[in-house]
Amino acid sequence: MSETTLTANAMGTKSGNSYFVVDHHPENGTLLGFWLYLMSDCLVFACLFAAYAVLGRNYAGGPSGGMIFDLPMVGINTSLLLLSSITYGFAMLESQKKQVRNTMLWLIVTGILGAGFIGLELYEFVHLIHDGFGPQRSGFLTSFFALVGTHGLHVTFGIVWLITLLFQLKRHGLTAANTRRLMCLSMFWHFLDVVWIGVFTFVYLMGALP
Amino acid sequence: MSAHTTSTHAHNDHADHDGHVSHSTFKGYATGFVLAVILTVIPFWLVMAKVFDKSSTTGMLLLAIGAVQIVVHMIYFLHMNTKSEHGWSMLALIFTVMVVVIMMSGSLWVMYHLNHNMMPGMMDTTVETKPESINAAPASTALTVAVPQKAAGTQQVP
Repeated sequence: MSETTLTANAMGTKSGNSYFVVDHHPENGTLLGFWLYLMSDCLVFACLFAAYAVLGRNYAGGPSGGMIFDLPMVGINTSLLLLSSITYGFAMLESQKKQVRNTMLWLIVTGILGAGFIGLELYEFVHLIHDGFGPQRSGFLTSFFALVGTHGLHVTFGIVWLITLLFQLKRHGLTAANTRRLMCLSMFWHFLDVVWIGVFTFVYLMGALP
Repeated sequence: MSAHTTSTHAHNDHADHDGHVSHSTFKGYATGFVLAVILTVIPFWLVMAKVFDKSSTTGMLLLAIGAVQIVVHMIYFLHMNTKSEHGWSMLALIFTVMVVVIMMSGSLWVMYHLNHNMMPGMMDTTVETKPESINAAPASTALTVAVPQKAAGTQQVP
């Protein structure tokens, strides 16, 4: 009994490497598993979008989207996130060329752009709450803060992951495990950009329409 | 899906089958980025330059452009195609999209009818006061005054 579990464990730890050498086709279950996680995350965001779609016009005598949204700032935020997507893409390309240093550099650029995005978003939130337009003001603002806040939280955790990965890359280089982590974070980061398309289109731009 | 539209992508798919995990090229990312920038600038321009008078026209265009941009990101940045993971990731995506569409349309449909039946007049006043609320600078005070007037007005008409 104990022997079988031991061998199973030993095989489990080695399987990642042996797969790469022996058989290329079923590369790794991790990527599909992570994709399934992203799809479930997609459902979380869909629920928040649905809540905003239902509550987005319930102003309760408070401000409407057109009054509180600063579109030029949203534009800057959008371009920051879009740029961070392409810089992450460059990091992936460098990792394919096995250039650890350049991969890390592009990852740092991505992290800085992401931090800029979070900084601007926090500034917007603080500004709104200071003006008395916090999440408790109206149904519109509740659903707005819930949706945009959840996205911001995801980006924040993405940055935490990115910093962790930088330390991993510095210590171990582009090993099979680190490449896999890099690909997972790539999916996560691009997925957040896809969600942001929905946010700036549906919440900011359509909310600002008369 | 549309991976076969360009010759570069067909080549990519081929490389995917032969080699290991490499499936991103500079050309792919650059194409995706340029398309994404165009598809981001157009909606911002539509709203900020007030191109169309009717909000519904702009709204429909925004949703359509947003959907196209999501597909662009899926193909060029997330490398979605029918081949990866033996098609399982595409299947998961289709299932998710199906659930999302059912949930979104269902929520909107149900809640619209609920609003319509439970609060007669409420829907109309909120819709009517919206343009005013954007023009008026001291927002909250103007709105609270405007709402009862409008409500009274609509009641007197019939």
